[in-house]
Amino acid sequence: MSEMLSLSNDPLLFISVMVAKILAVFLVVVLIVAYATYAERKIIGRMQTRLGPTMTGPLGLLQPIADGLKLFFKEDIIPAQSSKLAFILAPMMILVPAFITIAVIPFGGMITVGGYQVPLQITDLNVGILYILAMAGLGVYGIVLAGWASNNKYSLLGGVRSAAQMVSYELAAGLAIISVFMLSETLSLRGIVEAQAGSVMDWYIFSQPLAFCLFVITSLAEINRTPFDLPEAETELVSGFCTEYSSMKYALFFMAEYANMIVVSAITATLFLGGPAGPFPGPINLLLKVFFFMFLFIWIRATFPRVRYDQLMFMGWKVFLPLALLNIVITGAVVVF
Amino acid sequence: MSQAAVAKLKGAFAASVLDVKEHRGEVTVTVKKEDIVAICRYLKEEAGYNFLCDLCGVDYLGQSPRFMVVYNLYNITTKERLRVKVPVEEQDACVDTVSGVWSTANWPERECWDLMGISFAGHPDLRRILMPADWEGHPLRKDYPLQGPGREPYQGRLS
Amino acid sequence: MANTETMTINMGPQHPSTHGVLQLVLELDGETVVKAVPHIGFLHRGVEKLSENRSYHRALPLTDRLDYLAPMSNNLGYVLAVEKLLGITEQIPERAKVVRVMMAELTRIKSHLVWLATHALDIGAMTVFLYCFREREAIMDMYEKLSGARMTSNYFRVGGLSLDLPEGFENDVREFIDAMPGHIDTYEGLLTGNKIWQKRTIGVAKISAEDAIDIGLTGPALRASGVDWDLRRDNPYSGYEDYDFEVITRQGCDTFDRYKARLDEMRESCKIIHQALAKLQPGAILADVPSVCLPEKKDVVNSIEGLIHQFKIITEGFKPEPGEIYQGIEAPKGELGYYIVSDGSANPFRMKIRPPSFVNLQALPQMVEGALLADVIAAIGTLDIVLGEIDR
Repeated sequence: MSEMLSLSNDPLLFISVMVAKILAVFLVVVLIVAYATYAERKIIGRMQTRLGPTMTGPLGLLQPIADGLKLFFKEDIIPAQSSKLAFILAPMMILVPAFITIAVIPFGGMITVGGYQVPLQITDLNVGILYILAMAGLGVYGIVLAGWASNNKYSLLGGVRSAAQMVSYELAAGLAIISVFMLSETLSLRGIVEAQAGSVMDWYIFSQPLAFCLFVITSLAEINRTPFDLPEAETELVSGFCTEYSSMKYALFFMAEYANMIVVSAITATLFLGGPAGPFPGPINLLLKVFFFMFLFIWIRATFPRVRYDQLMFMGWKVFLPLALLNIVITGAVVVF
Repeated sequence: MSQAAVAKLKGAFAASVLDVKEHRGEVTVTVKKEDIVAICRYLKEEAGYNFLCDLCGVDYLGQSPRFMVVYNLYNITTKERLRVKVPVEEQDACVDTVSGVWSTANWPERECWDLMGISFAGHPDLRRILMPADWEGHPLRKDYPLQGPGREPYQGRLS
Repeated sequence: MANTETMTINMGPQHPSTHGVLQLVLELDGETVVKAVPHIGFLHRGVEKLSENRSYHRALPLTDRLDYLAPMSNNLGYVLAVEKLLGITEQIPERAKVVRVMMAELTRIKSHLVWLATHALDIGAMTVFLYCFREREAIMDMYEKLSGARMTSNYFRVGGLSLDLPEGFENDVREFIDAMPGHIDTYEGLLTGNKIWQKRTIGVAKISAEDAIDIGLTGPALRASGVDWDLRRDNPYSGYEDYDFEVITRQGCDTFDRYKARLDEMRESCKIIHQALAKLQPGAILADVPSVCLPEKKDVVNSIEGLIHQFKIITEGFKPEPGEIYQGIEAPKGELGYYIVSDGSANPFRMKIRPPSFVNLQALPQMVEGALLADVIAAIGTLDIVLGEIDR
């Protein structure tokens, strides 16, 4: 067993490997984000007896690039009454946490580079889950700021809705995964993956089905996807917090939404489905699991109407939260006895 | 039969019923405008005409009285219709509101005020409804030009 | 207690869920509606004023533009009213009556499809929207075959129909209504049992039967409050008394029951169309009233009498005797009434339209005050308003 690559034993190699990993992950995520929009349109199109994009390139495959170019060249409007700095800052504050969360997701085992062991993960924090929860919590600032800075009542309502929604659902989501690291006895995501190594039956989805369901539903609410897309409810709030945004800033909101989808899918796969475990090489297994969840989210969007604000709050505080607590109690009892 | 209702009405408001007409099987009662609210309440509560289908004004320009306010009533139980009309003078183009009898009357009365210029005394919210709030004139009056005020009349054919 | 302020927001006239150019000024306390004031008139075109300056035949196309989602119902109400004014109701040929019923019911399905599509989309169910528009497209194609126009059909005439049915049209209709109940089941499969849909609709925008009558609700909105009243059955017109159909009433008084009532009404419409197809016999499509109806094209081209006849009707129109009538029909959205006053000239002296949406919209403030912002959207959807006919 050779030594783990670190800053102390070979600084140059360490930095270049790190940069290579970050670039690779970033590139993959951006590509998935771009083609998630395409996939969403195609899949929902099929479900709704439409075709989706067909005109740009073969099968419409160049559609995300065309969309990106269009948004890039659109006039960038900043409302005169808006609070400029916050207005410009908001989309970035949404996008950045979405992207950096991916840093702690392990996407494979170890590889050997120049005689050293290199983990396929940007960094293995020993408080990985806390980091994820913290980053998810940061995302809400962007939305609230966007809603407030736009100086538009619909946007403000969207911002307020999202603040309430994200705070209450983050609590339930956080409590839902406590039972996972009660079993794994570590907060490091790599540790959690290793705890699930072995057979398929060791995956936490089988020992923690309730936590799995709770986490998927609450994280759906946290990333504002249908049926919990109240902050941007098209038909009520006229797109809510992003009403006043245009051009690339608007694109950033969308990128953040899809990046969040990827992150949530990856976290769910890591926590409950053994992460990169599976028949193929590690990263491919993880990607397949991520794609499965993304398909699920798209499918849900094509199926469900939107819940109402008070019903959403009711479910968050009076259904999901008690269930998550109950799950912790039961898991605790099982672990102890 | 709506005739029976009219007979009852005549009995109760003998002095107010000015005219009863039947055309194509439809009965029209013309009554004095002073008693319109009482008559409507009577028709609703005693004769069962519990549904106000429609309310509108008609401008008989050149005749006296110039306007008629028309109430189309319906009896949901017996499925019968009855029409009540109220003559309104141009100088005193004001009728008591029946929105206290049927809430339905609220918007049609506003519309009648907006387009015909007949106001309704006691109406809770008598504003223009279809035309902009600062509009001048009442477009459905016969002396209001089709093209609107201050415009060249249409040169093509209209009928 | 914290000192709170209410917020006034303008919903519309440009808003994706106000179904056109309705403006609602909402006073919100948080997300709760304290006060709702509808403002209408953004689409006012003066249809009533215009028709006073046109002959009876030429006022007909204006009626297409009222409820543009159900043009044939508007046409039907108008021609029935004028026929009543002329006193020729009894002389309308059987074939014309049956085709009128058939098209009116297809129009009802078409209108309800758009209602369901937009209502579901407003609440967030996107897929139903596209399914409904697929079926609506089939009806639009039939409209086009029949009258040449997809939206503004202008197909009925005073005295009958403008054209006979094109070849193969009956088969199109039959195929469509055979498939339609299955489609309705699909919509129900997506919505009726859906927990979120139920939560968003049951108990939302309730209105009791007494309030509904008092405020003047008509059509499915009234029947879902438990009032058993349908003009097709109670004051039959165009031969509706010969058809066997059920009047759908429900007791829930809420958005969900209005939804169910309209879906069931579509099923009943399919039944009526089936019966109409069975009744359809070859025959005349225009009444034999030369003073009102245009002569056949071959007479116009081949004989001087026919030409003069056509010329007189086109240039002079016809002159009903002085009098006034009111004709109400059961349009998809409720009672559509035409009150026409004739002074003996060729133009209507006064034509007042009673659009169902106009009166139904009055109930909106009553339905939404005290509810949440999201319920306003549901309430607008469930009232099924069309601004074209509200503003006229």
